[in-house]
Amino acid sequence: MGLTNASVGAGAMDAGFEIRRQNPNERIVALAGNPNVGKSTVFNALTGMKQHTGNWPGKTVCNAQGRCQTPQNSYVLVDIPGTYSLAAHSAEEEVARAFLCFGGADAAVVVCDATCLERNLNLVLQIMELGLRVIVCVNLLDEARRKRIRIDLEKLSERLGVPVVGVVARHRRTLRALTDVLDAPAEPPRGNGCVRYPDEVERAIDLLLPVLSGERACGLNPRWLALRVLEGDEALHGELRERLGAEFFADAAIASALQAARELLRCADIDDERLRDMIASAPVAAAETLCRGVVSAGKSAGKTDRRLDRILTGRVTAYPIMLLLLAGVFWLTIVGANYPSELLSRLLFGLQTKLTALLCALGAPDWLHGALVHGVYRVLAWVVSVMLPPMAIFFPLFTLLEDAGYLPRVAFNLDCPFRRCRACGKQALTMCMGFGCNAAGVVGCRIIDSPRERLLAVLTNSFVPCNGRFPTLIAVITMFFALGGQHASAVAALGLTVVVLLGVGMTFAVTRLLSASVLRGVPSSFVLELPPYRPPQVGRVIVRSVFDRTLFVLGRAAAVAAPAGLVIWLAANVAVGGRSLLEIGASALDPIGRLMGLDGVILMAFILGFPANEIVVPIMVMAYLSQGTLAEVDSLTQLRAILVDHGWTWVTALNTVLFMLMHWPCSTTLLTVHRETGSWRWTALAAAIPTVCGVSACVLVRLVAALCGV
Amino acid sequence: MTMKRLDALCDILPGQRAVVRSLHASEALRRRLLDIGLTPGTEVECVGKSPCGDPTAFLIRGAVIALRAEDSRGILIEPSGGAAVWD
Repeated sequence: MGLTNASVGAGAMDAGFEIRRQNPNERIVALAGNPNVGKSTVFNALTGMKQHTGNWPGKTVCNAQGRCQTPQNSYVLVDIPGTYSLAAHSAEEEVARAFLCFGGADAAVVVCDATCLERNLNLVLQIMELGLRVIVCVNLLDEARRKRIRIDLEKLSERLGVPVVGVVARHRRTLRALTDVLDAPAEPPRGNGCVRYPDEVERAIDLLLPVLSGERACGLNPRWLALRVLEGDEALHGELRERLGAEFFADAAIASALQAARELLRCADIDDERLRDMIASAPVAAAETLCRGVVSAGKSAGKTDRRLDRILTGRVTAYPIMLLLLAGVFWLTIVGANYPSELLSRLLFGLQTKLTALLCALGAPDWLHGALVHGVYRVLAWVVSVMLPPMAIFFPLFTLLEDAGYLPRVAFNLDCPFRRCRACGKQALTMCMGFGCNAAGVVGCRIIDSPRERLLAVLTNSFVPCNGRFPTLIAVITMFFALGGQHASAVAALGLTVVVLLGVGMTFAVTRLLSASVLRGVPSSFVLELPPYRPPQVGRVIVRSVFDRTLFVLGRAAAVAAPAGLVIWLAANVAVGGRSLLEIGASALDPIGRLMGLDGVILMAFILGFPANEIVVPIMVMAYLSQGTLAEVDSLTQLRAILVDHGWTWVTALNTVLFMLMHWPCSTTLLTVHRETGSWRWTALAAAIPTVCGVSACVLVRLVAALCGV
Repeated sequence: MTMKRLDALCDILPGQRAVVRSLHASEALRRRLLDIGLTPGTEVECVGKSPCGDPTAFLIRGAVIALRAEDSRGILIEPSGGAAVWD
């Protein structure tokens, strides 16, 4: 759930190449590394920013930037998505490679995981080949120590020829070493780096070097460029053409040198496939050699993790535990939210009386009082009192699971069913993000390599109820299916779990259907890293999720709710031909609403709630109240009474829940879908699919209920 | 003629180790596998299977990585620790 100001919201997404320097002396530092090594933690600690962090690979899918001030310099830090190598496979990795190769960074800090340094060095070596000033930052030293892994940082630095610093990014002060090195003058680059390719390849490189040095390379490292030209990666060649000019590959000198190099390789019996394997294997082999004598591994590394995995991904236990955790999180959310929710609404509606008194004392006209208090204030009060408590509990709970490293296990467990639907298990991760916000979930789909599977995930993401919807789901379920009784909260939690499972089931069904129709194809490959479990930092998780996520999401909802409140109030009070606009709209929609077992008001509330699902219920209530008596709605019991007065039965409630789960995604999500897919056709489909499912489900329930005589 | 029998990575069971001999996979997948360190000569340990039996988790150069049987079928291996299997 990469849910922060930076990750959600129109236009706020990709920092891309646009570096915002405050003065020309600022240096640009790229923060690179394998997925899930703590880049974002380092970034946050250095910049004081709150880029969301989580224990799963692929959490950062776009570049984020922040400022870091040291005693001597000021830096623009760019946090780029994690990648295993510079040969990009997925959209997020392309973002990473593009920035490192062409972003114009002055230096790259490559963050490495001390518990698997060798694998991480592969990327270090590749980035060094770019000719960038590289600083290796070995993170998670505490975890390595626990696993009895010892690393000789000095020896590593000596062998690599670049500075190596060891840090524990969770403890900010250990990062002093890193900023000290950043401030120090850059060491002169050393020869050809550490990677030596097989002799034939080296000879081919030598043939190309003379024509690639100087101005033709546009500042790119000639040796690196020679390798890429030889390798012939299509995507990269396109990018090179863009950066270096179309005439680059047409240049006669380059073309003839390339031909000579190819000829040389052909004589050595090296075809394209073998060449690429050689180029990819060389840094891996070099990393292995580098680590010999530098890293000494403990014997018991990862034993506890394997034991935990046997339970959390076990054949018998995996699915029941997933269900229990899901229901448990919901139960804690509902139980925990009950009391503060009631308190807040009593407080806020108490304030309404005072506000009324104040406006009267000031002699405000009736319409102003109505618009401000019954319009703006009441909708705001509802959004705050109903949304805030569940979010403030759900987010930290979920973040704890995320921090501990449970989410990749969910993807691991669910890959099998997703494969049967011809999709990718990583879709499970994007669904988890969807719980926070569907727009964030849609962006998160970049972690999926295959474009077809990514589209499947994008189109089905809104079947997971986001936090704008599930407090409403909780409210409706509680009112109609779990009010009173000893185990009300447990029943509500169970109800919500069933609803979410229905959403998950629909995701599978629709994914399968799409891969048999418009997105036909076979599943592509699946490579998922299962990171080590880490004890979550409870305090930090709570503070972070409450202040960063909860208040951010609430703020966004409130920003929509206040003007919407005004508009709805106006619609309810501006009359045309003796009937208010709201009434006219509601009665026009009534036949369709009735067909779906809802009514015109509900349907209209959903339509008007397009900017944010949070405001659907307040619109409904205001519409009902404007038709009848004005009552204070400060508890769910009263709200239920109002709804029942307006003809709600349990069928209406059930259909509202179903339609809440499955209808058009909110405007932010749809705009995000458009940005991610670049097509209005897919965006339309992303809206149409859940809508069709929701309408069909509602009509079906109504028919069944009618048959049963309800 | 005696010959070393090569199994595929998808055939090893939790707890077993093997050494990668060669990769036979599509271009993109092969590059991905090389990038995560699955070069010939690398020792791999199977550490567990998902509830349905596929994908499987492997310990590769200190990291646990899940692969589907379909993708690991092309990774040919031989038992590690010199205990080679002879036909």
